[in-house]
Amino acid sequence: MDKRIYLDNAATTQVSEAVLEEMLPYFRQNYSNPSAVYQFAEEGKRAVDRARRQAAKLIGAKPEEIYFTGGGSESDNWAIKAAAEAYASKGKHIITSKIEHHAVLHTCGYLEKNGYDVTYLDVDADGKISLEELKAALRPDTILISVMAANNEIGTIQPIAEIGKIAHEAGVPFHTDAVQAYGHIPLDVDRLQIDMLSASGHKLNGPKGIGILYIRKGVKIRSFIHGGAQERGRRAGTLNVPGIVGFGKAAQIAGETMEEKGRKERKIRDHLIERVLAEIPYTRLNGHSTDRLSNNANFSFRFIEGESMLILLDQLGICASSGSACTSGSLDPSHVLLAIGLPHEIAHGSLRLTLSDETTLEEVDFVVDELKKVIERLRNMSPLYEDFLKEQKEKEKEGKDVQ
Amino acid sequence: MYSEKVMDHFNNPRNVGEIENPSGVGTVGNAKCGDIMRIYLDIDGQGIIRDVKFKTFGCGAAVATSSMATELVKGKTVEEALLVTNKAVMEALDGLPPVKVHCSLLAEEAIHAALWDYAQKNGIVIEGLKKPVEDIGEMEEEEEY
Repeated sequence: MDKRIYLDNAATTQVSEAVLEEMLPYFRQNYSNPSAVYQFAEEGKRAVDRARRQAAKLIGAKPEEIYFTGGGSESDNWAIKAAAEAYASKGKHIITSKIEHHAVLHTCGYLEKNGYDVTYLDVDADGKISLEELKAALRPDTILISVMAANNEIGTIQPIAEIGKIAHEAGVPFHTDAVQAYGHIPLDVDRLQIDMLSASGHKLNGPKGIGILYIRKGVKIRSFIHGGAQERGRRAGTLNVPGIVGFGKAAQIAGETMEEKGRKERKIRDHLIERVLAEIPYTRLNGHSTDRLSNNANFSFRFIEGESMLILLDQLGICASSGSACTSGSLDPSHVLLAIGLPHEIAHGSLRLTLSDETTLEEVDFVVDELKKVIERLRNMSPLYEDFLKEQKEKEKEGKDVQ
Repeated sequence: MYSEKVMDHFNNPRNVGEIENPSGVGTVGNAKCGDIMRIYLDIDGQGIIRDVKFKTFGCGAAVATSSMATELVKGKTVEEALLVTNKAVMEALDGLPPVKVHCSLLAEEAIHAALWDYAQKNGIVIEGLKKPVEDIGEMEEEEEY
């Protein structure tokens, strides 16, 4: 395979040169533990402070409201479990949505087993929650609303400002899983009235294994990892200095390049969507047509199954992902695709292509050309397609008979 | 993830297609779980499988097991075909990942379903052949928190 076309940037991104450069000195030269007293630790401390300011600036937060974690999943776990515990005396009801990442859904499931009551909001065909349904779900014992900023599979962006307003008026803390959104769309925690926000470094050309949880000052939430006094005693563990530095740099670059990057991605992504919908029959675009991440395209191709499609694309050097059951290790296809109302067999035939700002028009054209062949090949061996064609023929015949 | 043999049968599936007026045809699995297999058999007067074709909606392992199953029953008698188990299909493919074992079961079921159809059409009884299960592959999803 001489070239690779990487279209799985929602899964992870490449660490950028600038981020790597920034990180490298903290492995060998400045390897100190920033918690130490001696001067050697000073540079590490300064680097962590700088990164905290960079991470905060991107969302209009104060540096002391940023807590570094081991990644997005940890941040989600921390926010939800710790808030549930902290507000347990007020109530045990949590509101979330059906299309959250498993880090949120399974955490809520865990809490349900421990006496909490969780409302999972439905989403419409585009993947958006209903604000009316959210309002109606609020109860006197509601202690947390957790709704993602942008969906990892279909790219739909939620009406975060409106959710923040509803939460604020009800006096309920609002957490958002912004793992896909942070650094990709403008987020301002004050304007959007967000109380807690999760983000992950490797989704914005930063390193893996580092994330943040933004916690608004005044929000009652306990520590999750107990131990040392790092992160103001709320998240113990020796600071991952290279990771933190990388996160900060990635956040800084994202802030500077977000607009241009989004414009570039959108142009190529729209071309991809247009071609696929025009040239491959029995195909639908999943997710909102405009309120979606600029790099996300998610399709369902009828009569075929996703894993087969991924293997054939992989052999052409194309990295993509699918919501089919086979790729999830379970028998059910993606909960997100089911939540937007797709029948099982159509959800199984989904394909997610997530671009980067380095994805070119030529690459995308190559992908569409090959995709057409892959889908035709799989449809030709699909009993569902065979049945569909036979039905079509019969319908035509009936039509003619009537005439 | 897959053995070379599985990849070979996925990339170059043997006996894909349909048979017009087949002696027997069987469809198993369900779209809900993401696997459907259909097998067509052409059986001569001596009870020998002269031709076999398949169509499959499913993952790489589902396509490969269908392909291998058709190879294993082609030219065999009905009775011999009945002895082609999912284990035989898996062995012939140099194994499958554990989560894909149900695909080989589906291939065995598809052959049995096609044989059942043949037996029904011809009013004969094939010893050891049971009425096919309509819907296999449904398993409770285990969730752990």
